[in-house]
Amino acid sequence: MNPFSSGTRLRDMIRAIRACKTAADERAVVRKECADIRALINEDDPHDRHRNLAKLMFIHMLGYPTHFGQMECLKLIASPGFPEKRIGYLGLMLLLDERQEVLMLVTNSLKQDLNHSNQYVVGLALCALGNICSAEMARDLAPEVERLIQFRDPNIRKKAALCSTRIVRKVPDLAENFVNAAASLLKEKHHGVLITGVQLCYELCTISDEALEYFRTKCTEGLIKTLRDMTNSAYQPEYDVAGITDPFLHIRLLRLLRVLGQGDADASDLMTDILAQVATKTESNKNAGNAVLYECVETIMAIEDTNSLRVLAINILGRFLSNRDNNIRYVALNMLMKAITFDDQAVQRHRVTILECVKDPDASIRKRALELVTLLVNENNVTQLTKELIDYLEISDEDFKEDLSAKICFIVEKFSPEKLWYIDQMLKVLCEAGKFVKDDVWHALIVVISNASELHGYTVRALYKAVLTYSEQETLVRVAVWCIGEYGDLLVNNVGMLGIEDPITVTESDAVDVIEEAITRHNSDSTTKAMALVALLKLSSRFPSISERIKDIIVKQKGSLLLEMQQRAIEYNSIVDRHKNIRSTLVDRMPVLDEATFNVRRAGSFPASASTMAKPSVSLPNGVEKPVVAPLVDLLDLGSDDILATPSSSGPDFLQDLLGVDLGASSSQPGATLAPRTGTDLLMDILSIGTPSPAQNSTSSVDLLSTADVNSNPSIALDTLSSPAPPHVATTSSNGMFDLLHGLSPSPSKEATNGPAYPPIVAYESSSLKIEFTFSKAPGNLQSTNVQATFTNLSPNTFTDFIFQAAVPKFLQLHLDPASSNTLPASGNGAITQNLRVTNSQHGKKSLVMRMRIGYKLNGKDVLEEGQVSNFPRGL
Amino acid sequence: MIRFILLQNRQGKTRLAKYYVPLEESEKHKVEYEVHRLVVNRDAKFTNFVEFRTHKVIYRRYAGLFFSVCVDITDNELAYLESIHLFVEILDHFFSNVCELDLVFNFHKVYLILDEFILAGELQETSKRAIIERMSELEKLQ
Repeated sequence: MNPFSSGTRLRDMIRAIRACKTAADERAVVRKECADIRALINEDDPHDRHRNLAKLMFIHMLGYPTHFGQMECLKLIASPGFPEKRIGYLGLMLLLDERQEVLMLVTNSLKQDLNHSNQYVVGLALCALGNICSAEMARDLAPEVERLIQFRDPNIRKKAALCSTRIVRKVPDLAENFVNAAASLLKEKHHGVLITGVQLCYELCTISDEALEYFRTKCTEGLIKTLRDMTNSAYQPEYDVAGITDPFLHIRLLRLLRVLGQGDADASDLMTDILAQVATKTESNKNAGNAVLYECVETIMAIEDTNSLRVLAINILGRFLSNRDNNIRYVALNMLMKAITFDDQAVQRHRVTILECVKDPDASIRKRALELVTLLVNENNVTQLTKELIDYLEISDEDFKEDLSAKICFIVEKFSPEKLWYIDQMLKVLCEAGKFVKDDVWHALIVVISNASELHGYTVRALYKAVLTYSEQETLVRVAVWCIGEYGDLLVNNVGMLGIEDPITVTESDAVDVIEEAITRHNSDSTTKAMALVALLKLSSRFPSISERIKDIIVKQKGSLLLEMQQRAIEYNSIVDRHKNIRSTLVDRMPVLDEATFNVRRAGSFPASASTMAKPSVSLPNGVEKPVVAPLVDLLDLGSDDILATPSSSGPDFLQDLLGVDLGASSSQPGATLAPRTGTDLLMDILSIGTPSPAQNSTSSVDLLSTADVNSNPSIALDTLSSPAPPHVATTSSNGMFDLLHGLSPSPSKEATNGPAYPPIVAYESSSLKIEFTFSKAPGNLQSTNVQATFTNLSPNTFTDFIFQAAVPKFLQLHLDPASSNTLPASGNGAITQNLRVTNSQHGKKSLVMRMRIGYKLNGKDVLEEGQVSNFPRGL
Repeated sequence: MIRFILLQNRQGKTRLAKYYVPLEESEKHKVEYEVHRLVVNRDAKFTNFVEFRTHKVIYRRYAGLFFSVCVDITDNELAYLESIHLFVEILDHFFSNVCELDLVFNFHKVYLILDEFILAGELQETSKRAIIERMSELEKLQ
């Protein structure tokens, strides 16, 4: 009997559900039906089973839970009749997937059905297996499927072929079992079997090199002949789509030829004629024809060098690009991205059209075009393209601005011909899309500004003008606030005027207005406000004449809702009020930020290891907030916060992201409500300026923290800071500093005398690279070990973009300080050192282990080395 | 490879959902909701392709119904667009002049037709006639 004939209850149920006026009604009907079905399931009446399951499938499609029907599927599959089995398998595919344990129970039924005498039942089993089989089932049932590829009925053969593609995807080891069977399918005349056979071969080629080689030598010519016969065949109504015989099969064949031709000049040579024929003869006025052309172009571009064909392909893409159909233009943009690798000039010719596509109303086209434009940029056209893009940024949709501004920033950073231009372009982006700009981008801008001393005046004036108009762009405000804080005196005195500038008159109080606006605006976020507060403190020293007014603004922040702001306001107020004599030293201009260190940090903090490895030069990192809030917050922080806890969370460690090591747990700590990372970053940063190469240290107040041997040889800056100040301030801050230095980077020499000694080890050695670890322990903290890693290049070539990464098990915590350099000279002529700090929570029970990965560029090629260190001295 | 196929009406009601990769139920609902939102308001002149997470959705609208196919980023968009049309032709032939109600009341048959057309996320048969014949053979066994 037919469960679906009209008048049965499935129809009635669907009607009842459709008749519901409200969602609540629908839920009520479904609940009642589900209750009935459960009751019937409990009665275990085989008669209603398939109807119940059909109803459950409908309920499932509406989004209600139906797990209680899973066992019913299995029972139906196990029943003898075809209609029951059919609905059982359908239910199985809808209600279950490969991850459910229940699915394992069906393996046996599937095996029986694959061997069933009724070919329709075999078909059902193959279909279910192909759609949802798990790796285990694939292993168990592969022999049956392999046999069925040779079955007499073509319907079974094609199902078995696709089923095999799923099996080899799930269990690549099984690929070789299917190679011969797959090759036999390529000789088929039946289109359905042929297309599935081609698909299976394609899959095998992508999985196994041996299979690829086999098909390449045995089947290339046959496939070319099949394609040629089909291209030249007379009209076949059954397969004809818009004048093309079976475009689907065409496309699959072209795709298989692509993998066969790629990397093999002989095979590529064989297929040039037919590819040229397809490329020239295919009708391009309908979608089906264009689909074939598109695939053909892709194959031409992938196979080994055949220049004449590539010209043909590029011409087709040019035609596509000027097509009025958006779909065709979309695929053209897509393909041009690949074409750019071998014929940049040809793609550059279409630059104007592509730029137009960036402005298309369709988001899909815009996105593709933008990606393509990014690839088109080079040193010669960067100014013109950037101008076009920035002009468009002004009028583009809000939701496109984020992507667009990110790309512009990327282009500008990568190809900037000079600093002035870079700063100009970045300011334009910040004005138009400041709220979308990522942190690392404006951090980088500040680093660049800081390094361009001759442009400080120009930049701060430009920012001042911009921020008056675009005060709603958060990141613009931040950069402006920082620059005005640092270079406020240059702003009011018009120092360093460039020829291109119009002179402006800014009074001291105008400059303070901007900062006040930023700190009082209700929608400024806490970072902006914190930066504004620091800027005010700086201005209080730069503009002594209006320091009373500045003090008033600072005092108002004592009422801030943010604890951190309150505290800083009180502290800054006391600096303005009582410590006039040290104020100017305290709020001196920031030392020039070290671009190289910043870039290394940036590269390191990228979340995806793949992208870091692939193009280190491109990476856009993180973490310049510190300079901003740095100088002071930090000094004052020392007394108030738990020093050891603070540094322990320092550094936006790329390792956590990269390797999934969970170091982040310790980073949340009480008392640092305002941007806790900011404060800790600073510490990192300060240390990173100092530790690796003390030679860089200037006498600025910031650097005193970094001088490793401050204990024995206090720097001048420290003296000036502590001596004139009232006693309580002096003691707090200097104690803090000593603590800090103990915790963070005690000088190795001191270690040797204080802590127990451990022998150095060779942690890793390959033919090209040697890594040595020396150990030291901070006295009183047995759990934590300081490791100094020394990298030596044993090869005759210089390594660039050197990155060392390490991962440790959960019971360990690991910190990496920045490396001393990212370039490793050849043949052991110098070394890179990097400090690591490992905290062993199982000290005394477990010893250290570490896995590491070293990436560098050798002659422009990326090299990756990996290793594990398990020879750490005991007791660390 | 096809990740999933969705058939939704303008209100976002799912009329068919076939997944060739395992997803949690909650994730499926999210996907269906997101895909509907992506395609429903697009201009008719726009491309039939939308990027969706790390994949792309090829969709085509027939009256009030959206046929959406989610495929790998490297797949041939135009070919899938063509196969959506072939599927619709098959449905049209099978139900002789298909409308949304046919698909609602005979949803199980739509799934069965789809299983004859696509398997393991790949095209299984390109002949409309072959699929219709196969379906009628199977119907006779009921």
